[in-house]
This record gives sequence, structure tokens and C-alpha cells, in this order.
Amino acid sequence: MQQIVSRLQLPLWLSLAVLAAFPLFELTFYTELLTKIMIMAIFAMSLDLLVGYTGLVSLGHAAFFGLAGYTLALIAPQYEAANLWLTLGVAILVSALAALVIGLFVLRTKGVYFIMVTLAFAQMFYFVFHDTDLGGGSDGLFLYFKPDAAIAGFKPFDLENTLHFYYFVLISLVVSYFLLCRILRSPFGHALVGIKTNEHRMQSLGYPVFYYKLASFAIGGSLAGFAGYLSACQYGFVNPEILSWHQSGSVLLMVILGGQGAFYGAAIGAFVFVLLQEFLSSLTKHWQLFMGVIIVLLVLYLPGGLRSIGPLLRASLLGKTANVKPPAGNDPPDIAQEESANDRSDSLH
Amino acid sequence: MTEAILFTDNLSRHYGGIAANSQVSITLRRGQLHAVLGPNGAGKTTLINLLSGDVAASHGSIRFGDQEISGFSAHRRSRIGIGRSYQKTNIFPSFTVFENTRLAAQSRQPRPFKIFSSALSYKEIVDTALSALERTGLSDRRDDVASTLSHGEQRQLEIAMVLATRPDVLLLDEPLAGMGSEESAQMVQLLKQLSPHHAILIVEHDMDAVFAIADVITVMVNGQVLEHGPPRQIRSSVAVQQAYLGHEDDP
Repeated sequence: MQQIVSRLQLPLWLSLAVLAAFPLFELTFYTELLTKIMIMAIFAMSLDLLVGYTGLVSLGHAAFFGLAGYTLALIAPQYEAANLWLTLGVAILVSALAALVIGLFVLRTKGVYFIMVTLAFAQMFYFVFHDTDLGGGSDGLFLYFKPDAAIAGFKPFDLENTLHFYYFVLISLVVSYFLLCRILRSPFGHALVGIKTNEHRMQSLGYPVFYYKLASFAIGGSLAGFAGYLSACQYGFVNPEILSWHQSGSVLLMVILGGQGAFYGAAIGAFVFVLLQEFLSSLTKHWQLFMGVIIVLLVLYLPGGLRSIGPLLRASLLGKTANVKPPAGNDPPDIAQEESANDRSDSLH
Repeated sequence: MTEAILFTDNLSRHYGGIAANSQVSITLRRGQLHAVLGPNGAGKTTLINLLSGDVAASHGSIRFGDQEISGFSAHRRSRIGIGRSYQKTNIFPSFTVFENTRLAAQSRQPRPFKIFSSALSYKEIVDTALSALERTGLSDRRDDVASTLSHGEQRQLEIAMVLATRPDVLLLDEPLAGMGSEESAQMVQLLKQLSPHHAILIVEHDMDAVFAIADVITVMVNGQVLEHGPPRQIRSSVAVQQAYLGHEDDP
């Protein structure tokens, strides 16, 4: 039986269509805002792989985001555009290596200690860039030219063009999403969710749990690096704030707001978080107070995150109980949902 | 003579001044069902934990074939063929019954880090999982979420997961605990079927079942081996009756 459009796929395709059509309205400010949001969505999804699927609540994820941004700013030539493909590769590689090395240390800890050591490592990077001249100190570094996408003389698109940059980011978001869903469907992905659910049993079934977690941490770090690279491109500068614990905290909030354990949830979280931030800060300079209240209310009344609104509404309309359980403690991540978001409906389990 | 697979030599585990296991020497052979009896706190579960690697030994050695494995981690021992079940059900409650066993079978996949293939496309693993469900009588429930199973069925799933890793040695911690009489009879039947091809160590409180299926019985008291031998010898042992079986007969 072939299900053509699953319940989850329809809203996803619709959102994609809206995002793809948005620049036609020629609202440059909002096009740039959406670009930023989509970059944050990639960042949030990369963290959801750790938080929602591997059970690793990291409070230092900005380290990998910021490292890639700094890598671009440091290796880019000052008076001409850098090669996009080369610098992107190097930046992601730096983030991946950093995640591997940091992972070797932090993954020896669990729970609240894990949160603390990831925070500590990220702060180390923050102070390295803040207090030394390596990356221009607290002022950061400027990037005067956006990277050049030319391959052997042929230039498929131009990142200096706002629209081109928008679509480049949109495609990056879509590719990241499907890549992550694909990983989740693999034996490796299933093992990660097993580790989140019952790490001890995974160990006794013969899984070298540490290496699985390390691989997940490195994949999450690389993808965070990808987002950090795009962000540095967009703004044309990097400063230590992009590695700060505020940044790590914000992205964690996005994951929690959207609903951990589903990549589209993390993306929803990024959209709502950044839009709220923009909206509230345009109203008052005490916007963080209102932001805090809204977050508390959302967490209290929507413990499953914003992504659970749909099923809850449907359930109350149909008078049935919702099929999305709020994640209380060890919630089951939605492998099934995420898989149906992909292309198969013949799932065996 | 049956093939000896797993040996312990003077295996001990101390917690502070308390010896949970003291100088335990046993041998597990393929084709032999080896039961461990003893009152609560005798160190039976500790023995299984020591063999499976969940707990490190304080002294003594554990050999698997020619290999000294007392330094091996739990996952490495599982990989060489030592499978265990838990006294307190230890499953993936939010997964389906099938996914629980599939994940167990997948642990034997040669290239675990292939991240772009579908987990359900590995026929051999799916088949192993399905056959483990069939042997434990859970085929009908394969699409149900594990937490919705009855306690007895969860015990069966616990065993199915061990079988799906295709171990040579089975360490079963009270597999019959909490099962109804019908489920229990089914499990005893399964153990009899498994016995010829596996080395089985079973900790169990159900005396009737133990004496019906065990080839060898070790009786432990206070972390030490009190008596060791075939069921007939254990039944008639004065020491055992005094230390353990005597209490059972009291109304």
C-alpha cells in the first residue's frame, strides 16, 4: 500500500512551498530574516540529533557553530572572495574534529555532568577568542566578501546576491533535514535511539555505546559547523558571541520549544524563537522578560513542544486523545513519525 | 564429554568488607543446563553480573575458551557470545516488540556505521529477530509496543532479545519469575530446546522447574559455593537441606 502524502508530509511540503515562494514578495528585510531563521533551524536540528535522539543534552553546541564561522573568517583572504567549496569543507572539518576530540572527554560523563563539561569546553573556546588576538579579540573579525561559488570558472550562483543566498540556505536546510532523517532510518540511527531509551541494555546487547555516541556527537558538531559557516557568511563578521553560552542556550531552547525528538520540531522551534525575539525586541527593550514568560508558559502547557499542537488540535476536534505523548523524562523519540516524513510507509516496526 | 566454554577460577567480588562472591569456580559446558540455587543474598545475580561484565571482578579469572576475559567490557563479552537476561525486566519499553529484538539482532551486523542504509533492509537481521520472537511465542505481538505487554510477555521478550544476539552462552537471571503457569511451561520447553546447543546458566527460584531441567546444580550461600553436582546429589545433600532447601519445606 502506497500512501502518497502522509499526515506529516503535507504540512512539510506546504511550508517548503511557502519558503520557496517567499522572496517573490520582495520583502528584503524579511527575506534576510528568514535566511537567518533557516540557518538557526539547521543549527537546532543538529542539536536535536544529540538531545532528542541520542539523549545527550549539550549546553556547548555553539562551540562547533562558532568554530566553523571563525575558521571561515581566519582562512578567507582579506581582499578577495574565498572559495566557497574549499572553505566550507575546511570549516566543517574543523568543527567535526573539534567535536571528535571534545566528545572523547565529555562523553565519559552523564546527565548533569555532561551538561556542565560541554558548557565548560564551549566557554574555553569563547575565552580563547575573546581574550587573545587569534580572532580579533572581543571585536571579532570581518569578512568583506562572501565566498565565491565558482567551480573551474563556472559560477552557478552568487552569494552576494540576497536571493541567491536565501535559496542556497533553503536548499541547505532541506538537504540537512533529509540527511538527518536518512541517518535516523539507518541501523546507526536506530541504535542511537536505543541508547537514548536504554543505554545499559544496549551495552549488554553488544553495542560499543561510547563510539556510537561519539559518532553522533561528531555528526551533530559538523552540522552545527555548517550552520555556523552560513551564519558567518550572512553577517560578514564573527565575534566571540557566536560561541557564547547564550548561543548554546538559545539553540537548546529552540529544540525544547519545538519539541525534541523530531527534526521538523527543532526547525519549528527555531522559527518561533527568532520571530518572537524580533517581534518582542521591536516592542520593548525589556523583551527578554516577556520572552521568558512565554517560554515558561509554552513549556508548562505544551510539554511536547510546538509540534504537538497539530495532533492535540486534531484530537480535540475529533474528541479523541492525542497520539503525541508529552515527553516526560525518557520520552520515546519519534522514529516512526520521522520515517513517515520520509518516503516510506512500509515500516516494519 | 561436552565442550566446556566458560570457566571461572576463584572468582571473587567484594563490596567493602562484604564478599558478594568469594572464590567461585564453575564451568559451563555446551549442552548442559547449569542452575544456580541459593537463598536471597547468596550472590547469584552477582555471579551473573561478573560473568556478563556488568560488574568487574575483584579477584580471580574468567576464561571463555582459551581467552582470559575478566578485563573485557560488557559489550565485548556480548560480542564474543555471552548473552544475558535480567531479573528486573530490561527492555526498550517505547519500542515495538519487533524493534526490541531487531535491535538485539542488529548488534551483530558487521558494519554498524553505515549511516545511509535503511535499518529494515537487512533481511538476515530481520529474520533473526523474527525467529527469536517465534521461539519465545511472541510472534503475534510483534507490532505491539513493548510497554503494553503483560509482565510475563515482557519476560519472554527479555529472553527473545538475548536469543536474537545468537549467543553461545546464556546467562538467565530468574527467567520464570512472574510468569503464569502456562507461560512458565512454555519457557521450560524453550530452555530444553536451547540446551543441546548452548551453555546455559540459570538462576531460578522455581524448584520444580530447576530440578526438572537442570543437568548440574550449584548451590550458593553467602557468596560461596556450598555444593555442586547433578540434581540427585543436590537433593540428597545434607548441607544443602540445612542451608537452603530446609526452609522451603517449612509451611
